[in-house]
Amino acid sequence: MFRRLDATPGEIRFTFDGTEQIARPGDSVAVALLAAGEPSLRDTPVSGAPRAPYCMMGVCFDCLVEIDGVGNRPACLTPVAEGMQVRRQRGARGVL
Amino acid sequence: MNEAWDVVVVGAGPAGLAAATLLAEQQARVVLLDEQPAVGGQIYRGIERAAEHPSLLTALGPDYVYGATLAARFRASGAAYRPGSLVWQVTPGREVWFSADGSSHLVRADAVILATGAMERPVPLPGWTLPGVMTAGALQIMLKSSGVVPGEPFVVAGSGPLLFLLVQQYLAAGARPAAVLDTTARANEWRALRHLPEAVADRAGRRDLAKGLMMVAGLRRSGIPRYRHVSDIRIEGADAVTGIAFRSGTTQHRLATRLVALHEGVIPAQQMPRSIGCAFAWDAAQQCFAPVLDAWGNSSVDGVMIAGDAGGIGGARAAEHAGRLAAFEALRRLGRIDAARRDALATDDRRARQSQLAVRRFLDVLYAPRDAVLRPADDVVVCRCEEIAAGAVRDVVRQGCLGPNQAKAFLRAGMGPCQGRLCGPVVTELIAQARGVGQDEVGYYRIRSPLKPVTVGELAAMETE
Repeated sequence: MFRRLDATPGEIRFTFDGTEQIARPGDSVAVALLAAGEPSLRDTPVSGAPRAPYCMMGVCFDCLVEIDGVGNRPACLTPVAEGMQVRRQRGARGVL
Repeated sequence: MNEAWDVVVVGAGPAGLAAATLLAEQQARVVLLDEQPAVGGQIYRGIERAAEHPSLLTALGPDYVYGATLAARFRASGAAYRPGSLVWQVTPGREVWFSADGSSHLVRADAVILATGAMERPVPLPGWTLPGVMTAGALQIMLKSSGVVPGEPFVVAGSGPLLFLLVQQYLAAGARPAAVLDTTARANEWRALRHLPEAVADRAGRRDLAKGLMMVAGLRRSGIPRYRHVSDIRIEGADAVTGIAFRSGTTQHRLATRLVALHEGVIPAQQMPRSIGCAFAWDAAQQCFAPVLDAWGNSSVDGVMIAGDAGGIGGARAAEHAGRLAAFEALRRLGRIDAARRDALATDDRRARQSQLAVRRFLDVLYAPRDAVLRPADDVVVCRCEEIAAGAVRDVVRQGCLGPNQAKAFLRAGMGPCQGRLCGPVVTELIAQARGVGQDEVGYYRIRSPLKPVTVGELAAMETE
């Protein structure tokens, strides 16, 4: 759905649900995953509907993911880092 | 880091950068806390990194590039700067608590300047929670911070300067929307004309109008279909967007698309000042709540100032001057200058800020949001987190619910992870409409810390500095 204006390959390696992804310096986790073609990052705890980042600026919290074992991390506010393990957040409500 | 500061500034957009820069230049001990990894706020997001990509700078345009001057002056000022800091509590006693690098921190100050900016007005319409629906601002952030653009045809829908700016920037970057759905109401166009002389009379106003005309002319030249006076938008899809249906004039349309950008203007970010107890009042011209401020940005809480769009929408250049005005007032509060000196020093910024606001009335009226955006139909989800529809809010009002906090208790609206940031404005409107009273009487959610998700681990690793 998205493409990068600058086609040079990225150098930051991280995983999403165990699959390796490549990001660039300056990417948030949310940007990196959207650019990699991920259509959604979590399911809602209420109806289980899929959600994707909506505001990209820390307002909507629809980009919440699990990062390195910690749930409810806002992907749009978190710079992506080498070796980061990101997981889709499914349903169950965590503690903020 | 020192235990106590003269001033803590929250937010590294134009207002926060200008305030912190001036304070540091005047030898005040100031620290700037910002949740982003780099300076610029949303308007100048990624401004320091973008310098490495000349073609991106060209696409984003000179008003964006201007932010590099602000950033450079801030860097040279010697102000302390803590990027990646999520401020989750500010007390009326001017203690500022934040998370950074996996632990919590506390700083104290004689004055706090909140420069937390604006957020995009929520655009509740059928299908707005589907993956593939983003705000225009969100897409612009992806462009500014990472040079990421849509890789397939997409639809832009809404109203306001940012929407047209995004289209202009996308065209310059080589990303072409399939259609622009302009929701600006026909009646607004006539009403706005009355405020045109005020804008034309000022040099900055003329510049802003010229920029707007250029954007609209560019859109026309591009040949991209622009549907006007659009209403009744319905975004279609089961698990993701597949299309968008709408009415333009009297004709019904449907376009296939997997990506929709929505935008209906911006409103002040209320969360932080509300949590401190700063008084707010309804701004009828801008159709939003704004904090009650004096000419210097002092809120109703002693020592807490609010600068820039967080204090009412005025745009980036007005925000910069408001940041400097708050900084002069902070210097007076610290006893560095007296009131007469403050007034003398602030003359240019006061005049410049007024000038930057010359076009505002015109824009407020032209891009006033439609009723359907402010008070959506019963079947539209208003609380994205708890998936509560507008009809449920109207129902509890019929059962005697008087305000947003009661509605929250009945419905859980506003209790999800966004803490009511996106449903708050809509819930207040729905209750005001259903009760037939004003927004001030209805009020707003009571906002409590933590303002951002903070883990128990971060609290346990508390460091008081």
